[in-house]
Amino acid sequence: MSVVARKEYVGVARDRIENFNGKQLVFISWDHHLLFAAPMMFCVTPQTRLGELLDRHLQPLLQADPDSAAIDWSKAEWLKGNQPWVPDFERSLADNGIGHKQQLRLRTPGLNSVCAVQ
Amino acid sequence: MDMKTQNKKLSLKEKYRLLTRDLAWEPSYQSSDDIFPYIGYEGIKIHDWDKWEDPFRLTMDAYWKYQAEKERKFYAIIDAHAQNNGHLNITDARYLSALKIFLQAISPGEYSAHKGFARAGREFRGVGTQVACQMQSIDEIRHAQTQVHALSNYNKYYNGFHAFAEHRDRIWYTSVARSFFDDAMSAGPFEFMIAIGFSFEYVLTNLLFVPFMSGAAYNGDMATVTFGFSAQSDEARHMTLGLECIKFMLEQDPANLPIVQGWIDKWFWRGFRVLGLVSTMMDYMLPKRVMSWREAWNIYGAENGGALFKDLSRYGIRAPKGWDHAEEAVDHMSHQFMLALYQWKFGTAFHVWIPSEEDMDWLSKKYPDTFDKYYRPRWEHIKKHEAATGAPFNNFGLSKLCQCCQLPTVFTEPGDPTLTCHRESEFKGEKYHFCSDGCKAIFDNEPEKYIQAWLPMPALMRDPVDGDLGAWMDWAFLKDGQDNGDFATSQDRENFERWRAQSTSNQ
Repeated sequence: MSVVARKEYVGVARDRIENFNGKQLVFISWDHHLLFAAPMMFCVTPQTRLGELLDRHLQPLLQADPDSAAIDWSKAEWLKGNQPWVPDFERSLADNGIGHKQQLRLRTPGLNSVCAVQ
Repeated sequence: MDMKTQNKKLSLKEKYRLLTRDLAWEPSYQSSDDIFPYIGYEGIKIHDWDKWEDPFRLTMDAYWKYQAEKERKFYAIIDAHAQNNGHLNITDARYLSALKIFLQAISPGEYSAHKGFARAGREFRGVGTQVACQMQSIDEIRHAQTQVHALSNYNKYYNGFHAFAEHRDRIWYTSVARSFFDDAMSAGPFEFMIAIGFSFEYVLTNLLFVPFMSGAAYNGDMATVTFGFSAQSDEARHMTLGLECIKFMLEQDPANLPIVQGWIDKWFWRGFRVLGLVSTMMDYMLPKRVMSWREAWNIYGAENGGALFKDLSRYGIRAPKGWDHAEEAVDHMSHQFMLALYQWKFGTAFHVWIPSEEDMDWLSKKYPDTFDKYYRPRWEHIKKHEAATGAPFNNFGLSKLCQCCQLPTVFTEPGDPTLTCHRESEFKGEKYHFCSDGCKAIFDNEPEKYIQAWLPMPALMRDPVDGDLGAWMDWAFLKDGQDNGDFATSQDRENFERWRAQSTSNQ
């Protein structure tokens, strides 16, 4: 039993995918770019093309960082669930294996205008 | 002839003995296990409940007398504060942000503690324990009430005070404190005592109250100073109860040690995360600052806490698991959190601002190893960005939250303040994210409990709000353009400055 309790204890996950009206959550962060205080949350359908999520939803939010204009998306490195990963921008989140509440991390070595890198 | 004998006046100790003696009857037609069903399942073994003594031995009549006297003084000062336009005597309207966070996040915690101790007073065996818990329960509701009353005067003049109960339930930055108390109240009675009686009242309360009340005094807020004193005089009793409880458990059975140590690890870390809010108040929100968060930590955390854990080491207790990580994080957390609050200021029921040059110089001095290197460049960039775009810097990327402490995951990797700490666990096929190893460990120990957490950001994407920020503001009782945003352009600032000018000049 995963909870100290007096009798059988069954918890129900609050943020299950079926509670998001056909959409799912995805978190994206840009390593070493802490002008943005935390990984960003997006709520889109699993059929959304990954490229569309990045172009339409993520990029406008990154404008305030001077490095955003210099990102070479063809060379950017990615982590999915903290493991190195190669995305296919033309395919959907589902086809890319990006599940509900998946964390993606973008890495752009060499770009660090605002935050010194350790 | 009968001799007239005078009734001997009872000493307090005798009164207490008489008061409690009759509570400790042996049940005759119910089993003790049925009457106290909650004291066994956490695994704590108790052999003799009479060994838990209440060192204060306060009887009801004495308690009533002390508290009534404090209440009389408190309300006299609150009246005077209102009649003398106390709301204009504060250093600067920026100070109000600290008060709003306190009222939205901390005062409701006092009320939760009241409920929790009322329950603990019923669930524990042992009359000393029961009486002490019941008195603390009454103390806690008194604290909640005096805080609400003291701050209600500000509500007549300023924004952001009007819906603290809803803000506590629905706004994102308050959920760190709400979930702390919810977690404690849904635990068994012994864990509750470690969470509130020990971790909160003993290890962390000085870090919260002493700097906060000194901050009030430094910034001309007599109302808050008064509720602080009125509450602080109960704290000695509360701290003793927490410490007695922990010693009692450890002395009763050696098998209790690993359970108690696990709770100390957990509740130290949970409490430390609640203090993230306090660190921003101390370093950024007080116009006249008392000391830095780092200095407060050195005195009330490292020094006092260190001495306490040294004292408890004779029972086999070691310092909490997250202690060293906390020591490192102290130089970063207020900056990381204030930068976060600033970029999400459209969603806060208080005002924030970019620190002035003078404030930044103060922060460099107080944080010589971190502020100029990591945080000043971000503030400078935000200033430049705002000048170039002519608009305040807002980050409309809503934040990932920690499944345990429920704060936005703004904290960085141990040893690398330039990289966000990413931690995740999987449970029954679902992913869960955390801000730190400490929070992940708490989840992994009891996942079934934390998967139920109501997290404000995902909630914003579900019914009934469905991602509509305006609808969320209405739902969260946040008045756009009044409660939120930059201090510079706020009604609070404008009103305070106008009223103050009226009261100090002939214009």
